[in-house]
This record gives sequence, C-alpha cells and structure tokens, in this order.
Amino acid sequence: MTQKIVSMKQVNYAYENKHALKNINFEVPKGSFMGLVGPNGGGKTTLIKLILGILKSHQGSIDLFGTPIDKFKDWNKIGFVSQKANSFNRGFPATVNEVVSMGLTAKVGYFKLFTKEHKQKIAHAVEQVGMSEYLHENIGDLSGGQQQRIFIARSLVSDPELLILDEPTVGVDTENVQKFYDLLHSLNEKKNITLLLITHDTGTMTHHATDIVCLNKTLHFHGNPLEFSNLSEKDLSQFYGHPLNVVTHNH
Amino acid sequence: MLESFFEYEFLQNTFYTGLLIGLIAPLLGTFIVVRRLSLIADALSHVTLAGIAFGLLIEKKFAIGITPFYTGMAFSVIGSVFVEQLRRVYKAYQELAIPIILSGGVGLSVIFISLANGFNTDLYNYLFGSVSAVSRSDLWMIIAISIIVLTTLFLFYKELFMLSFDEEHAVVSGIHAKRIHFIFIVLTALVIAASIRIVGVLLVSALMTLPVAAAIRIAKGFKQTILFSIIFGETSVIIGLISGYYFEIPPGGTIVVTSIIILLLSISIKKIWFILSRKKAIQ
Repeated sequence: MTQKIVSMKQVNYAYENKHALKNINFEVPKGSFMGLVGPNGGGKTTLIKLILGILKSHQGSIDLFGTPIDKFKDWNKIGFVSQKANSFNRGFPATVNEVVSMGLTAKVGYFKLFTKEHKQKIAHAVEQVGMSEYLHENIGDLSGGQQQRIFIARSLVSDPELLILDEPTVGVDTENVQKFYDLLHSLNEKKNITLLLITHDTGTMTHHATDIVCLNKTLHFHGNPLEFSNLSEKDLSQFYGHPLNVVTHNH
Repeated sequence: MLESFFEYEFLQNTFYTGLLIGLIAPLLGTFIVVRRLSLIADALSHVTLAGIAFGLLIEKKFAIGITPFYTGMAFSVIGSVFVEQLRRVYKAYQELAIPIILSGGVGLSVIFISLANGFNTDLYNYLFGSVSAVSRSDLWMIIAISIIVLTTLFLFYKELFMLSFDEEHAVVSGIHAKRIHFIFIVLTALVIAASIRIVGVLLVSALMTLPVAAAIRIAKGFKQTILFSIIFGETSVIIGLISGYYFEIPPGGTIVVTSIIILLLSISIKKIWFILSRKKAIQ
C-alpha cells in the first residue's frame, strides 16, 4: 500500500458562524499530483490551511506522513507556495538568491548562519526551476511567471516531500502557465515530490494531474482526470452551484 | 576642528555617538522601510519627547538626578510595546497605531512641559539635536545600545529578513513572528533614544529612513541595501556634524539636509543609468 502523505477523517471546520468544511474524508497518496478545484468560497484554501496547521480543525483527525497533526514536527517536509506569493512588495530589495534562502531559514534554525552547503542547495534549487542566470537579480525586476518559479525554488530548497500550491498561476500569462505545469510535472515525476495544487486551470490540470478533487464545503468528487472529464455538465453545475463556464474554459 | 576635537571632550563624545548612530539607525532603518513602518520611528520619537519632558520636569521640580535621556528611553520602549499591541488590535489598519502613539506622545509632552512652566535651551536641544549635549555617561549608554542592536540584528537577521519579506510564509515555516516583532520594535525604540541627542526628536526618523530611501534606488539585494544605507548614513552624520559645528547650527538640520542631497543624487544617478542602459538596449 502506498504511503498516505495527508489523511483527513471526518474533518469539520467552521468560521465564526459559517460552516466551511463538512465531513471531509480525503487522502493524498505519496507521489500523486492532486488538483483541488471548486468554486470560490468552497473551502479550498481552508482545507490547505488545516493541512499546514495554520487553522485547527474542530472535529475529525488529520494525519501528516502517518503522524497526527498535533504531534507532527517535520514541517520541513512540506513546502508551500501561497496565493499571496505573487502579491509581495515588488519594490522589496531582495535578490533571487536572498529570496530562495528564506526557504532554509526555519530549517537552519535560530542563531545559526548559512553554510557553504546551504548556499549550494540554494543555487541548486534555482537551477531546478531554470532561473540560474537570475541568481543575483532583484526579484522585483523579474516577470510574474519568473517570480512564481522563484517561489517554487524557495519551497524546494528545503527538500520537501509534499509541495502545496494555492492558485500559483494567477497573474501568469497562458504560455507561461503551460511551462509552469511542465515544471510541476517534472518535479512530480523525476523528484517524486507529491503535489497538491489549488487551481482554476481545470483544462490544463486534466493533462498533468493524477487525481482531481472537487470541493464545495463537502467533497463532491475524487477521481482521476479521465473520470473528471467524463462528468456531465449537469453534475458540474450542480457542484459549482451555478451553470458552469469556468470548467469548460480550456487553455 | 581637529584641534578642538582633541581639546574638548564633548566634541569627542558627539563625534563617537554620531558614528554609532550613523551605523545603527540606517541598519535598523532598512528593516523599518521595507516593512513599510517608516512613520513608526516618528511616532516613537514623539513618545521619547514625552519621556524627556517628564525627565526635565522631575529634574526641575524635585531635583532628582535621573537624566531625561533615561526617561526618554523608558518612554520610547513602553511606547514601542503599545505600538505592537495596537497593531495587533487593528490588524487591518496597522498604520493607525502611528497617529495614536504620535498624538499621545505630543499630548503628554505638552502636559509635562507646561507643568514645568516651560523650559529652555535644553528642550530646544532635544528637539533639533546638539553638538554639545552628549555627556561621557550618555556615550557609554549609546555604546551599550549599539552593541545590543548589532548583536541582536546579527542573531536574528535571517528571521527578520524573512518576516519583512513575507510574513505568512515565515509563520507557516515556524518562525515566531510575535516575539521577533517585539524584539524588533524594542530595538527601534532604543535606537531612537540613542539618536535623539544628536539629531533631535523631530528629525530622528529621517536618519532611519532617508539613507535607506537613497540606497534602495541603486542597490541590488537586501544586504547591499543595508551596506549603502550605512555608508550614506555615516556620510550624512559626519558632514552634518562638522558643518553644524562650524556654522553653529543644530546638527539635526545639517544631517538631514546632507541626507536629502545624497537621496537626490542617488535618484538622479539611477535615472541617468536607466536612460543610458535603455539607449544601449535599443541600439
């Protein structure tokens, strides 16, 4: 049996008076490339925040790498690229090298400096995302797609086994979205990094993902992309709560 | 100048203090600017003024010898704790902490000053800085503050850098944001208290932000920004102190004007460089 990287059982979560997630049972097997789709306000980001430990569930259990989340300590195994990553202060004076180094800050720990080995890791992570020639450029001088690659590198530098991305392609042009998915694909296949991706690019997703999960407060669908494409329009609009043009919008 | 420098102890005190604050103010200022907290320094300096006024009042009314420098520092640190609390209360309006603390500081100052029936040149020196106000014991205190600031920033550099760039990411990775914010704001309060003797309450924030504003235009990366900020800060302090001494102007004024000239130069250099490299690219 393949290892479960994330396993959620009967998870419920409510914001003040809004039930955001109902009875979520959900697993991310090792090595999968999972796309998480669903309408806005459907609880996608909440689900990820629960996995990252930013929010605590009210009911149910969450296991990470087989360990209950309360006892889980190896946060380095999980990399995260936030939705907000590309809304950072573009005038911030930091080079690519400096930005990627932040991925190691927590791992290195307080009161310790980066060693030569860490610096090599940083260079290697930047190389993996194909941005080596920009190592000493200011991050603000790069294009949106390039910046997004740098944020991936920042997550990769601590050698995560699971990489979580929250709508990473917002604000990236179509051509670069394609390249971006190619990069994710190769990370998944060659480096065996498990990926969990929130996205609206359902069209592109079906070409790359191994699993697709639809979430709108409850889990509406969990299957492979083929099954997802075979869902009838009726099913989808029911699930999104309105007739759908988002999903049929193909890149 | 050189002769009087060796002759008068107060000039030595001032000059050494100048060199120290020319280092620590822009260094900490770099973090302040990138975290968009430039006005925090202003707010805290006004709280420091309240502390100084309080110290002067106590000195005048009760003849107790706590120097205003220490009461100023105490107020500044307490004010910094309030700033952090207010920023937490008004999460969506973090800049609200600034006018609240700033007006609170000015309000208290006015009360203390009038309770003491107004005071004299001393207060004037605190407002605009002075070349003759630093005593030997002040200097020792400022040396101690500088050592604390430098060591703390060295120890927490990478965490502070990460928090400044992307707080959410830092917190997810397990950085203790609250504690580090707290340390940072207390450091800011200390640096302000240390700088006030020379640049004065009204201009202390300039020494923390103007060199950084100049550096950010031309530097590549964060470390280089810090380095350039310090170079610009030291240059402003040295030129400002010497000219202030010669023309008998409070050094706060001359230091700030020098920083502004450096800022304008750096903006122009960047512009020219930009135009030249664009020309090159088109050819």
